Amino acid sequence: MSAKTADKIATGIIIAITALIALALIGLLGYILYRGLGHISWHFLTSPPEAIRKGGGIGPQLFNSLFLLVLTMIITVPLGIGAGIYMSEYAKAGKITSAIRLVVEVLSSFPSIIVGLFGLLVIVNKFNLGFSLLSGALALTIFNLPLMVRITEQGLRSVPVQQKEASLALGISKWKTIRSVQLPIALPVVLSGSILAAGRIFGEAAALLFTAGMSSPRLDFSDWNPLHSASPLNPMRPAETLAVHIWKVNSEGLAPDATQIAAGASAVLIITVLLFNLGARALGRYMHNKFTASK
Amino acid sequence: MKKSNDREVATPHLAEEWVGKVYTFICILFLIITIFSMVYFVASKGLSTFIVNGVNVKDLLTGLKWKPDSDTPMFGALPFIFGSFSTSILAAIIAAPLGFCAAVFMVELSPKLGRTFMQPVIELLAGIPSVVYGFVGLSVIVPLFRDLFPGQGVGIAAGSLVLAFMILPTITTIATDALASLPAGLKEGSYALGATRWQTIYRIVLPTTLPAQMTGIVLGIARAFGEALAVQMVIGNAPHIPHSLFESTSTLTSAITLSMGNTAMGSVQNNALWSLALILMLMTFVFVFIIRWLEGRKKL
Repeated sequence: MSAKTADKIATGIIIAITALIALALIGLLGYILYRGLGHISWHFLTSPPEAIRKGGGIGPQLFNSLFLLVLTMIITVPLGIGAGIYMSEYAKAGKITSAIRLVVEVLSSFPSIIVGLFGLLVIVNKFNLGFSLLSGALALTIFNLPLMVRITEQGLRSVPVQQKEASLALGISKWKTIRSVQLPIALPVVLSGSILAAGRIFGEAAALLFTAGMSSPRLDFSDWNPLHSASPLNPMRPAETLAVHIWKVNSEGLAPDATQIAAGASAVLIITVLLFNLGARALGRYMHNKFTASK
Repeated sequence: MKKSNDREVATPHLAEEWVGKVYTFICILFLIITIFSMVYFVASKGLSTFIVNGVNVKDLLTGLKWKPDSDTPMFGALPFIFGSFSTSILAAIIAAPLGFCAAVFMVELSPKLGRTFMQPVIELLAGIPSVVYGFVGLSVIVPLFRDLFPGQGVGIAAGSLVLAFMILPTITTIATDALASLPAGLKEGSYALGATRWQTIYRIVLPTTLPAQMTGIVLGIARAFGEALAVQMVIGNAPHIPHSLFESTSTLTSAITLSMGNTAMGSVQNNALWSLALILMLMTFVFVFIIRWLEGRKKL
């Protein structure tokens, strides 16, 4: 076989495999949407699940997922940005800093189930927070902090060094420079990264099994006092999220329409994650255009 | 007089500076305390199986029978360890060539299509939640394997196929970065000598980027090793070493997921599960160090 024929065959195989990957994704999305969209209705999105009978919905789960996402972001963003600023601006190059880097790297590669187990042991049992939204949010915070640190570092690195030096030369303190000069410029990167992290939080289940719990008590959607036990806003109640619900329905669901529920819930989950992805891209592009002179 | 004026101006600055330093330091301190307490708590729980309950370390690592509820409980975790390693390594064997081909397509063959089309495809694959992968695996791959091969369809084959798709984005992204960062002169030199594209890729590009490719593959294996729910849904969850790829088995993560909720805290059954978690955690350390070592080699 001549070199040219080999080249042609290899090129053909590479293109075929790439097409196969693209087709697999299209098939995957198509399958979920095809199976799930038919089952999505207003009733399905708002009504509570049924244990044994047909026709259960995912209302509380959907609400829990969104509420948990908000709670987690409220805790994660200030912590992650603070730690990211420390790593990129305050940490001096040396043994301690590289040790911290190693620690962050290890934390980011911990399996989410380990984070969940740690949450069970320390947050749920030791701190006595029980299976609750707050426990879940704290576990997800641990899970997402390394990512948030990396995103912030990346964002700050994208700031032109002249901007920082000009600000410091004007006699503005370092912290004020970071806050008012560097962070605003880094914002597009940080924001689109955070939205991607939000998508990851929304789909996470393993870290939540043993922290936010697998049960969803009846919610009273007319009671918005966070201190009442049936209130949807109460952070101390157990809360099964959408992703956990999909897993539970698939592995131990007793309802006769379990597969349809799983398909419908998967479709909702996929659509939300897709929206997060598209949102992050669109926002990143919009802010990039707005903040820079490029078209 | 002038001096005191200066001080008045300087003090708020210093206070502000102090706020920033303390705030960011507390954030990083929180991170460090978290990881050390994580290692401490999981390790102390996982080791208590051996210290408090007197289970032999060797029995746990090499035992073949997992019978926590029988009269003479047996805690042989080898089937789980075997399941975890075989599914994640098989997943990497499936995903690595696919990822390399996709990366070659995106960097060498058609950068334009790669950027506008394949890049979003890979990002979407990365964004799909693991339970959705598990659901699709359970409702498409398992029935397909059940029809095509003898057995129930669940098992290592189904698990590693699902995992392969989940780790494909990791492998592809790192392979793409590695190919893109290759000095152009290297390839041009090869082309100038009359080599075809495939010869260049096979003889020049692949060997030079091999450490980086390996980093991607190890990262992929690490991710597959720790993935819990998607695997648990398609692996079958029988606690023994299977005789074929299509026979029900378990992994470390699936065993933990299934049983952790059904055992009482502090019991030997529960502690044994923490030992599995400890193995999982130690493997994470091993993966991180392999990756560090590979990255060190890449720089040379």
